[in-house]
Amino acid sequence: MPVKIEAAEDTVTACIMGEIDHHSAKEIREEIDSILESAKPATLVMDFRDVSFMDSSGIGLIMGRYKVMQSLQGRLRVVNVSSHMKKVMRLAGLDRLAVIEN
Amino acid sequence: MNVCNEMKLTFFSRSANEGFARVAVASFFSQMDPTLDEITDIKTAVSEAVTNCIVHAYKDCIGKVEVVARILEGRKIYIRIKDHGCGIEDVAQAMEPMYTTCHNGERAGLGFAVMQTFMDKVHVRSKAGKGVTVTLIKTLSSRGENDA
Repeated sequence: MPVKIEAAEDTVTACIMGEIDHHSAKEIREEIDSILESAKPATLVMDFRDVSFMDSSGIGLIMGRYKVMQSLQGRLRVVNVSSHMKKVMRLAGLDRLAVIEN
Repeated sequence: MNVCNEMKLTFFSRSANEGFARVAVASFFSQMDPTLDEITDIKTAVSEAVTNCIVHAYKDCIGKVEVVARILEGRKIYIRIKDHGCGIEDVAQAMEPMYTTCHNGERAGLGFAVMQTFMDKVHVRSKAGKGVTVTLIKTLSSRGENDA
């Protein structure tokens, strides 16, 4: 499983594992969205600690979840992002959309 | 410019090959003793170019993707990713950040922008219906004596 999801109170935490590319993004997206739909949390935390590689498919994944959380009037936190991933995220202006933490 | 070493790969445009292609190209260049950041830059740019072939060039079919990787003099690397798919009508527009023709798959439209960020030069040649050739060039930092 490329993502481990924990739901507690009003927060859902999605720990993504391995490589995020166009091939793997679909499964990760579906896993997270099915939980968001049932739990309707106030905060989604996307944890990138165990992500070893990410291309722009990861940006699509974050932007998509940002939109889902907006529709739930919740917020998105993106945590444990490497400097390389941050470079990709800044390209998309994601640092303005979501809270990106180290 | 003299070519010190070269390899070629041809594979089907299946998404499982995105990981294969970037790892194979990065492994080829590992003989140059690149930094970890340089390896990640190469993997990311190759991943974007190969994903474009799969998502756009061969949108409704499976076709062949050809990758040539060369080590040139002066620690310069050259990567060419070529498809024979639908081609791009307006290359300048396709290269604009956030521009995408794919609206149902959460594509960010950042493929070329990412390639340009991580490589020194990105060249795209295409004609509608004639496929796309993307050329990526980067000079690696000097590190020790094992140049190529």
